[in-house]
Amino acid sequence: MMTKFRLQDHILVPEHILLSEEEAEEVLKTLGIKKEMLPKIRADDPVAKEIGAKPGQIVKIIRKSPTAGKSIAYRLVI
Amino acid sequence: MIPKRIGGIKFEVLSPQEIRRMSAAKIITPETYDDDGYPIESGLMDPKLGVIDPGLRCKTCGGKAGECPGHFGHIELAAPVIHVGYAKLIAKLLNATCKECGRILLKNEKRDEYIEKIENKKRLNQDYEDIIKEVFRVTKSVKVCPHCGAEQIEIKFEKPTSYYEGEHKLTPKDVRERLEKIPDEDLPAFGMDPKAVRPEWMVLTVLPVPPVTVRPSIILETGQRSEDDLTHKLVDIIRINQRFLDNKEGGAPQLILEDLWELLQYHVTTYLDNEVSGIPPARHRSGRPLKTLAQRLKGKEGRFRGSLSGKRVNFSARTVISPDPNISINEVGVPKIVAEELTVPFHVTEKNIEEARELVLRTEHPKANYIIRQDGRRIKVLDTNREELAEKLEPGMIIERQLMDGDIVLFNRQPSLHRMSIMAHYVRVLPYKTFRLNPAVCPPYNADFDGDEMNLHVPQSLEAQAEAKILMSVQEHILSPRFGGPIIGGIHDHISGLYLLTRGEKLFTRKEVMSIIKPLNVSELPKPKYVKDGVEYWTGKQIFSMILPKITIEFKAEICQGCDECKKENCEFDAYVIIKDGELVKGTIDEKAVGAFKGIVIDEIIRKYGKDRAKKFIDDMTQLAIRAIMYTGFSFGISDEDIPEEAVKQIHEVIAEAEKKVEKLIEAYKKGNLEPMPGRSLEETLEMKIMQVLGKARDQAGKIASRFLGMDNSAVIMAVSGARGSMLNLTQMAACIGQQSVRGERIKRGYSYTNRTLPHFKPGDLGAKARGFVKSSYKEGLSPVEYFFHAMGGREGLVDTAVRTSQSGYLQRRLINALQDLKVEYDGTVKEQTSGMLVQFRYGEDGVDPTKSFRGKAVDIKRIIKEVLSEES
Repeated sequence: MMTKFRLQDHILVPEHILLSEEEAEEVLKTLGIKKEMLPKIRADDPVAKEIGAKPGQIVKIIRKSPTAGKSIAYRLVI
Repeated sequence: MIPKRIGGIKFEVLSPQEIRRMSAAKIITPETYDDDGYPIESGLMDPKLGVIDPGLRCKTCGGKAGECPGHFGHIELAAPVIHVGYAKLIAKLLNATCKECGRILLKNEKRDEYIEKIENKKRLNQDYEDIIKEVFRVTKSVKVCPHCGAEQIEIKFEKPTSYYEGEHKLTPKDVRERLEKIPDEDLPAFGMDPKAVRPEWMVLTVLPVPPVTVRPSIILETGQRSEDDLTHKLVDIIRINQRFLDNKEGGAPQLILEDLWELLQYHVTTYLDNEVSGIPPARHRSGRPLKTLAQRLKGKEGRFRGSLSGKRVNFSARTVISPDPNISINEVGVPKIVAEELTVPFHVTEKNIEEARELVLRTEHPKANYIIRQDGRRIKVLDTNREELAEKLEPGMIIERQLMDGDIVLFNRQPSLHRMSIMAHYVRVLPYKTFRLNPAVCPPYNADFDGDEMNLHVPQSLEAQAEAKILMSVQEHILSPRFGGPIIGGIHDHISGLYLLTRGEKLFTRKEVMSIIKPLNVSELPKPKYVKDGVEYWTGKQIFSMILPKITIEFKAEICQGCDECKKENCEFDAYVIIKDGELVKGTIDEKAVGAFKGIVIDEIIRKYGKDRAKKFIDDMTQLAIRAIMYTGFSFGISDEDIPEEAVKQIHEVIAEAEKKVEKLIEAYKKGNLEPMPGRSLEETLEMKIMQVLGKARDQAGKIASRFLGMDNSAVIMAVSGARGSMLNLTQMAACIGQQSVRGERIKRGYSYTNRTLPHFKPGDLGAKARGFVKSSYKEGLSPVEYFFHAMGGREGLVDTAVRTSQSGYLQRRLINALQDLKVEYDGTVKEQTSGMLVQFRYGEDGVDPTKSFRGKAVDIKRIIKEVLSEES
């Protein structure tokens, strides 16, 4: 069997961070929106599975961006 | 008033009862009007269906024409017919249900499982099409009914409206009976709500007749009535229906009845959709296909795209455009006859009543066309009532005043692909019949003057006018949001003119300088550069500096040769531009400095002094350039491509040598001595090498030609300064056209059985000439064989552009539809307007407005450093 490796180690996979309840609350407050208005990520998405995201939680994604250097996005797990 | 909002729309299928309930009249005769021109009762124009003739009253609601919205009627069909729109669904349903008991071909538990799944998806607002598809797929393969045990025979659906059970054809009546048997409980599994749709309603027994107002007849000039296409079709349906009934009562043989039934089906089908595949479309007597229900809705000219999404507007004009370099870039020349037709509302108040009175009394151009009284009545101002109206004028009235100089209008050229396609201009009323615009604004509109037409709209409210001035005026759009640089700037002659003016040290006497700067508002001349024999001389660079504000920049011009090491201010080509405190010290002004899309000088001015100064610079620049080019004179003709005998000889030598090389390559290939390049077959290697050799030969020929043409040749001036054309164009005109290609390869198609392109060559000839190398120049002229190959390559180019425009047009449409209600909020996030869904957390990830960026970059560090350093010193 092939050795299991971390998906996030791949250069094309951006960093995914699972937010705690308080952090999630904070993010929604600063954005001034409801959870459902965020973009979605599926709970069975390979990266979501890797970080153990459960539906209802929020994932923070840090991408490299050609225009801004680093860009931060949030996704609701469904 | 609290505005009412639509919460939702639900579509259902009309049941026969519903059709009868909403019907105002049963229609039985195909006649429309009697001999006196009155509508016949129970006919297709029954007055109960509403009225279109003025003077008559509707028999249902009593309204006059225009008041009565019209009412539906109905036709009782003698035999059921399939509704084409549902034909496919009917086929699926027949295959999904038992032919005997009508139950779904699934066990109850399995059925409930699917219903559960669909309900779930519906609740989550997700697409449930896939599950329904699965239900139909699973049930179709079931052979024995799980409820009654009856064996199932697959029903074949034949377009457009026939169903076969094995060899046996099902009549619509059979179909309807089967659909009736499907119980309500099974319907949710097919995605149907039994309250909204019963499957048997998809087989028509009653046909609704649309109100007369939907299909008005028109009276031709000859006095004849001409009926609408829908009425024609309904007449056909009623006729056949009647004939079917008569035959049935008369006991006609089954065969004849079946034929009539088929005919009735045809008429009902084409009534609903006249473009169904598999049957010929119903035609008008003249041979034109009828425009029936589906055709009214479908496509670009249909109800949705043509009448609802797109409408026509008042206060607009369209005509041919032509250039006028003497007006500002934010002006538009409006023909007087257009200005006399378009109006702007003028609200009469106590303060301006005298002015208003004057407008009403005027008999020439900026006069009043209409007066709108407080009660909303519009009165046309005529010679006969002018004085009376002026007398009665009072505050609160509105005068529709003719368009005049200084009014703001929106100017547009299709296709409106970006926001610069509609900009606000100030009106200049001019004689003749074309819209005039400054040629510097051609790039954003992508306009030229080969017959282009443009549209003009007059904003009516003060809010709209203010918004147009602040947000849409031309100077607001000098910088493009596409790449953060100027999109408005000099083109063609502007660039040639300034190039001629500023190149090297051209000297002008006082008189000459005056004639060049005449259109500019310059009150003081700088100190003359030279004084010889008591005569003062100014350089072209000094003249250009007169229109520059105080800016300091350095850059390489378009004519820069790209030397290995830049000598900067000592550039021997005068290609290194230095502007110091608004003074052109060194270098030549060309496309890089003032051209649209490039325009470094314009860019600098707009950043340092703002939009209005940049607008003024462009205005001055165009005027100056045109004066400058007129001063020296500038022309181009076929003799400008003349090259000496000697050059021709050299070019021929180069090409002959290349052809020899090609022959050698082919020989090597045939002998098998050719070394294949990595990853390429032998044939591909040969092709690539030949292309390389011939390409090089053409470049060499071009170099020879350009050496003999010289820098004062007008074609060369245009090419190097970036005004028009390229060196390649010149090469092709003067030296050699080069290899023609189809699909990026040398031309190889033709007589494939002999493997040659034309019968002029030996089979299998791979030589340059036989594969589309054109060694002539456009000036020399092409040989017949060359001409043919050139036409092949040329045709491919034409087809490519045609395909590309249509494809990118459609892509644009889809993109705009997808993006139209996204908005950048004040906090920098991008949200969808209707649902509030977040699309981007920060616009473009960096939150930068590209118009305010420096050529796409958020900060121009170089510039900041330069500014700080210059402040210190």
